[in-house]
Amino acid sequence: MIAAVIQFFEQHPLLWTFVKAVVLASFTLMIPLAVIWIERKVAGFIQSRLGPLHVGPHGTLQTVADALKLLLKEDIVPDGADKRFFYIAPYIAFISTVLSFMVLPFAPGWVALEMNVAVLFVIGVSLFNVVSILMAGWSSNNKYSLLGGLRAVAQLLSYEIPMVLSVLAVVFYTGSLSLTEIVEYQVKHGWNIWHPPIMIAALIYFICALAEINRTPFDLPEAESELVSGFNTEYSGMRFAFFFASEFANNFFITAFAAALFFGGWDGPILPPIVWTFLKVFVMIFVFMWVRWTPPRLRIDQILRFAWQLLVPVSLVNLLFAIALGVK
Amino acid sequence: MPVSPEKQSTLSTVEILSQGMVINVGPQHPSTHGVLRLILTLDGEQILHCEPVIGYLHRGLEKMMERRPYRHNIPFTDRLDYLAALSNNLGICQCIERLGGVEVPERAKYIRVLLMELQRIASHLVFLGTFGTDLGATTMFLYAFRERELVLDLLEECTGARLTYNWIRVGGVPDDLPDGFAEKVLAFVKVFRQRLKEYDQLLTRNRIFRSRTQNIGVLPKDLALAYGTSGPVLRASGVAYDIRKVDPYEVYDRVEFDVPVFDRGDVWARYLVRMEEMHQSLRIIEQVLRDMPDGPVQTKLPKIFKPPAGIAYSRVESPRGELSFMMVSDGSPNPVRVHIRAPSFVNLSVLPCLLEGAKVADLVAILGSIDVVLGEIDR
Repeated sequence: MIAAVIQFFEQHPLLWTFVKAVVLASFTLMIPLAVIWIERKVAGFIQSRLGPLHVGPHGTLQTVADALKLLLKEDIVPDGADKRFFYIAPYIAFISTVLSFMVLPFAPGWVALEMNVAVLFVIGVSLFNVVSILMAGWSSNNKYSLLGGLRAVAQLLSYEIPMVLSVLAVVFYTGSLSLTEIVEYQVKHGWNIWHPPIMIAALIYFICALAEINRTPFDLPEAESELVSGFNTEYSGMRFAFFFASEFANNFFITAFAAALFFGGWDGPILPPIVWTFLKVFVMIFVFMWVRWTPPRLRIDQILRFAWQLLVPVSLVNLLFAIALGVK
Repeated sequence: MPVSPEKQSTLSTVEILSQGMVINVGPQHPSTHGVLRLILTLDGEQILHCEPVIGYLHRGLEKMMERRPYRHNIPFTDRLDYLAALSNNLGICQCIERLGGVEVPERAKYIRVLLMELQRIASHLVFLGTFGTDLGATTMFLYAFRERELVLDLLEECTGARLTYNWIRVGGVPDDLPDGFAEKVLAFVKVFRQRLKEYDQLLTRNRIFRSRTQNIGVLPKDLALAYGTSGPVLRASGVAYDIRKVDPYEVYDRVEFDVPVFDRGDVWARYLVRMEEMHQSLRIIEQVLRDMPDGPVQTKLPKIFKPPAGIAYSRVESPRGELSFMMVSDGSPNPVRVHIRAPSFVNLSVLPCLLEGAKVADLVAILGSIDVVLGEIDR
């Protein structure tokens, strides 16, 4: 039976691709539901309250209920908005997230698209996110959104550079641009995180990741108190949900990417590989949330100064070390 | 070669005129505490000009007070500074007492001071919580409100209300403290000392918090004095001016406490002043509970209270600053004129000076650090 199914899909590769795309897109939509629930529970735990409790056991269905509510809400487009850009911006954000999930290895063989330049691909598509934020901020025709959008672009572009440099350190160290190969290298030689230059790269990656997914202390683009949630102020209903979902899916992706680069991906004893991947991802997500609910947020000029004056030079020097120490 | 005046004028028009972006903040905006509206002119993230617009909450309280007998006006004052209703109650009662020459029993004075300091803690906790949220530290908000709940429970047990207490009366307080109140307050003091340390760990020692508050919105001493600011805003600019010390009322001259003063004049200093004031309030509470004598809590007054003709002015140190009431009597049961000097109103007037040249992100920090309550600004 299974063999027959496999044979069928081998004969129709296009259909197989379609199936994979659907599975991946739904996965990307489902992940935020879980992550948001965890976020609420963790926030409740940190702020000495309970978090969602009533919809489903321990409030597990709360996010589903919220998603349904957003689905049923009116889709409001401001009169002065640049309609075309306003319509497509959330989808671009979401597509960029789905695309980056495409090359992510969850376990040996569990990857939608085996690509030998996966790292490059991820960096490329994640930049679409910046475009979508700028589009949303600009087309909303709202001054708060514009400020939020501009801030977001300045911040994301600044942090993209040290992030890419720290990822490059891993690439030079392991000698591969393929995520699967990077993980396999770690299965053989031990996790990258234990090697000094990569340790620093991981630290820089962690800081930049916080900035990339707009989390405190770098959550300026959507600074609630001053910009009324910034670039997505004017969005409502499903369009807002797409921004929201892509942000939380990004949260998942950026940690899964880190797991593959630094923490040996699916590598781990006893438990099956897929469990290890998810375990590592959720531990990192917890750390992200911990940071989010503790310190205040920085100011845009402080954030940019931090990126350009500290992170970029350090990651450049670190990259040289990684090249010197890495495989030839 | 000198340029002719005509030529010069044509030259100057060649300059690229960059107009600031005008952005409207409020009256519905998450970071304006209440219905305050600010019209900002921005150059990028820099604020060029700020114009506060107030009056959205105007109820004409002063005029309304002139139409009612003296003691009927006390509930109105709850609606002035709704985060420190008891301070306002005390303010108007003191003024009426001064006007009518009413003596307040000893025990009532101690009870008043006790409630005043509890109220100060509750009010400063709202400042702390909202200030944290403004800067993105959402957790601080829940921590501060968790402790405020304890204070409100105490005040509720004593007064029966949680926000608009209406509990101070002309000539004392309406009722004695409930049984076992002192023990409960002392238990709270013990808990709260610990919690204050927790706040220090979470916010005061945080590098990000410091970089967001230090050297931001600096209010120089002379400017603070020229605008007539008072309360924590003035004390953060290096002026040791606290009505509880300079013009002691009730029993403040009999308790020991320090007035925290900082010279920096920035947002950070205003934050520190309030944090330190909470410590001092705890000290005052302990002393008041220790020294409180037994006895009556209210002076008997006639049913229709007619103070002799004259003017009375009284001031108290509310959590926001110098709160004064002025009442004019012509011997009839109603006041002829009532004026309220609201500390928030005066403190808010320095906002445009502080905001000029600041970043948009600092707007919320600076506004939050002034800690205004629109109820008393608009009256």
